[in-house]
Amino acid sequence: MFDLTGKTALITGASGGIGGEIARALHAAGATVGLSGTRTEPLEALAAELGDRAHVLPCNLSDPEAVAALPKQAADAMGGVDILVNNAGIARDNLFMRMSDEEWQSVIDVNLTATFKLCKGVLRGMMKARWGRIVNISSVVGATGNPGQGNYAAAKAGMVGMSKSLAYEVASRGITVNAVAPGFIETAMTDKLTDDQKSSILGQIPSGRMGTPAEIAAAVLYLSSAEAAYVTGTTLHVNGGMAML
Amino acid sequence: MSDVADRVKKIVVEHLGVEEDKVVENASFIDDLGADSLDTVELVMAFEEEFGIEIPDDAAETIQTFGDAVKFIKEAQ
Repeated sequence: MFDLTGKTALITGASGGIGGEIARALHAAGATVGLSGTRTEPLEALAAELGDRAHVLPCNLSDPEAVAALPKQAADAMGGVDILVNNAGIARDNLFMRMSDEEWQSVIDVNLTATFKLCKGVLRGMMKARWGRIVNISSVVGATGNPGQGNYAAAKAGMVGMSKSLAYEVASRGITVNAVAPGFIETAMTDKLTDDQKSSILGQIPSGRMGTPAEIAAAVLYLSSAEAAYVTGTTLHVNGGMAML
Repeated sequence: MSDVADRVKKIVVEHLGVEEDKVVENASFIDDLGADSLDTVELVMAFEEEFGIEIPDDAAETIQTFGDAVKFIKEAQ
C-alpha cells in the first residue's frame, strides 16, 4: 500500500522538522522528491541523507518571483510534479491589538498566498496527467483559533477553504486536494515554548503528549497515495484528540 | 479550410469527444459542444501548446466559439 514509485513530489518547508519528515516518508515510499526551503544547508544535508531521487530547490516564499518560478524549476528537475505538499509556514505572533500590518501581511503572504500560487503553478501538469495530489498543511489553530495568532489562524483557516474550493474544481480530473491539520508537534518551533507553556498545552491533549513529525508525515503519505483517490476536500486532524473536529 | 482551423478542430474533437461536423464556426464550446468551464481552460492550454503561443486569461475568456479560437490564434501567430 501507499507505493509512490514513479511519482514526483514537491515539498515546501523541507528544511523544517515536519517538512523534512514528510520528504523522508514520500521518498521511502518510492517518490522522487523536490526539497524546497529558504535555508539551503539543511536541504543539502537532507538530500545527501536520502541519496538518489532527491533534488534541492531553494526558494524564499516571501519573494513573489521565486514563488512563481518554483513549479517550473521543480518540473524541470523531476520531470513533473505529481504531488505538491504546501508545508512551509511562518508565524509572527502578537496580540491582535498590537499586531502590525506587516506582521499580518507577511504571514498571509507566505502561508496562504504562496500556497495559492504554487497550487496554481502545478495544476496544468496535473490536469494533463489526469492525476495529482495536493496536500496543504494547515493547523489545529485554523479551526480553533489561538490567542496571539490571529494572522496565523486566519492563514491556516484560509488554506482549508481554498483547498475545498479547488478540490471541487479539479476532482473530475483525478486531482485531489486535502489539508492536514497538525496539533502540537515536537519541532524546533515548539521547542521554544517554556515548560509552563508545555505543561499547560499537554493538559489539553487527551493523548497526553505532543505529536511527532513522523505522525504528520504518515497522514501526508496516505493523502498522496493512489489509495486515497476518493478522499478530497477533507481536513485530516492529527492532534492527539486536542480538538475533535 | 485553413491549416489553423484544422488543427484547432482536431484538438476540440479529441478533447471534447464530439463529432467533427458539430465543430462549426459559431459552435459554442459550452452551449453546443458540451464543455464545462474546466474544459475551456484545458482547451486554451492545448491551443497554447499546439501553436506555441501565450493566451492571457482575459483573452481566454473571449474565446467562446470554435470561430473565436481560430481567429484569435491566427492573429496571435
